[in-house]
Amino acid sequence: MHSFDLSLEHITKVEGNASLKLKVEDGKVTDVKFAIVEYKRFFTEALKNKAINAVPGHLARICGTCSNAHIICSIEACEDALGITPSEQTKLLRSLVVHGLIIRDHALHLYLFSMPDIFGKDAFLDLDESDSVQHQLLHDGFDTKSVGNFLATLVAGRSVHATYPVVGGFLKFPDQAGVDEAIAKLKNIRPAVLRLVEVFKNAPFHFDRQTKFMALVPEKSFGYINGQIETSVGEKFAEKDFRGHLEHTVLPYSEASAYTYHGESYMVGALARVNLAKDKLHPETKKSLGETLDLFPSTDIYHNNLAQAIEILHSVDESIDILSNNKFVTEPILKGEAKDGAVGVGVIEAPRGTLYHKIVLGADNKVKEGEVVVPTGQNQVNIEKDIATLVNGLLEKTDDKELISLEIEKLIRAYDPCMSCASHFLKVEWEE
Amino acid sequence: MENSEKIKIGWFSFSCCEDNTVVMTEVMNDHWQEWKKIFDFRHVRVLKSKNIYDAFDIAFIEGAMAGADQEESVKDIRSRSKKLVAVGACAVTGLPSGQRNNFTPEQREAIDFLVTRFGALPSVKKVSDVVKVDVEIPGCPMSPEVFLEKVNSLVTELRS
Repeated sequence: MHSFDLSLEHITKVEGNASLKLKVEDGKVTDVKFAIVEYKRFFTEALKNKAINAVPGHLARICGTCSNAHIICSIEACEDALGITPSEQTKLLRSLVVHGLIIRDHALHLYLFSMPDIFGKDAFLDLDESDSVQHQLLHDGFDTKSVGNFLATLVAGRSVHATYPVVGGFLKFPDQAGVDEAIAKLKNIRPAVLRLVEVFKNAPFHFDRQTKFMALVPEKSFGYINGQIETSVGEKFAEKDFRGHLEHTVLPYSEASAYTYHGESYMVGALARVNLAKDKLHPETKKSLGETLDLFPSTDIYHNNLAQAIEILHSVDESIDILSNNKFVTEPILKGEAKDGAVGVGVIEAPRGTLYHKIVLGADNKVKEGEVVVPTGQNQVNIEKDIATLVNGLLEKTDDKELISLEIEKLIRAYDPCMSCASHFLKVEWEE
Repeated sequence: MENSEKIKIGWFSFSCCEDNTVVMTEVMNDHWQEWKKIFDFRHVRVLKSKNIYDAFDIAFIEGAMAGADQEESVKDIRSRSKKLVAVGACAVTGLPSGQRNNFTPEQREAIDFLVTRFGALPSVKKVSDVVKVDVEIPGCPMSPEVFLEKVNSLVTELRS
């Protein structure tokens, strides 16, 4: 029977730094430690005494790739604390900010991180340009990312650390020429997204596991900003009640906070969203996908990749609709009233899953304290359990550490973790 | 162009939000075909798994130095790189990643046990506090235009 220790110091093609330590004794995994190894940057501690208007820009610096999700979530929390109800136009523009992010961020993950595994390549740039399929996908990848980048820049000023969205509204508004260009680009990219869906629908990797799924589910059409939190076991709760449902879990070897739901691991992200709300996807998306949607709800973790491709298509279709059917005008920034002790909660679906921001105000519009719960922290326990199951299965066939390492990295990538997000916390309760 | 003739690139991220990595991959949208011809992406973890850590013509350093291991790592990268470029605010100024340097005594007291437990440096450092930096590209994130300008100028210099 095999006994060995396996250590992956740096997991590649993911956001940020993570490591893995695995112990195998007598052919069975006896210990898995999936650790986020980024040094803490103490964003929630640094939040204290900041002016409320500075909070979204500050918390965006938790993570570059997820920055626009943090901004929108933080604005929602600040407006909740200040009693501001955003205008209908502001809501639409914020939706477009997140659609741009979903297109750009999912495309980065699917093409540059995950697709090389499907073609047996080390890097996306290694795809064979003399092969017509791979040549097309190379161009599709950069073109799709580029469209998400264009949409986010048009609406939010930048695709990373956006400058236009603020507490109370937007500082600038898209002009018609930009809107027309965005619509044309979005329509143009649609065939590429359909090819992407096919690639991940036919991908040869599968890992079936029973787990609970959780996501913010809108009342009407599929989206990322509004709704209530729902789980795959039928529980529903309001955004404000999130803390009563998620339990903070200490992993002493990791710089990040992990979470459980009713004492058990759970999964957030695209797979959770599509599992819980596929019927609410855009009509054009559903029409184009046909039987592909019958694969959901799915317990195959690799279908998180397929779900991300589906979400890109939905975001393309939804963005075309919003941009084609609305005229954007200059609006004033709405002001609220700060009250000592006011609490604000923001919840959105970031590309990697449900993101929670909470702030408590003190006197003079200053923040007394805050809390941020990120998707990767919520998926961390699930990831560890899955690695143990995966490796136990592999050990029945091989003890090739290189092969086992490759399979572990592939599975971790399917969760699309973001270590930059997961390592900003102060509040870790250590068990000595 | 043979791989051996290409400019060897290393891209390394330390304590930061990796916004510059995202910007670099976005700049790549329009430049990947020319970059593929002239660059050997030798050690870029966001792009590939089989990274080679030997010698670099240009090493890009993103992020601040928050631990002694990171200091040692950036010194080693410096020793094997012809040009070292600090990209983004955290690398160039140490902030916002090093915001704990400016904490009040009360805030410091609240975080000290974690700084100690994970072996972090007492104060976070910018890259130029640790090694010689040839080029700085500031910004949070860096400007794509400035990044391209500096990269193109380094390519010209290395080719001359």
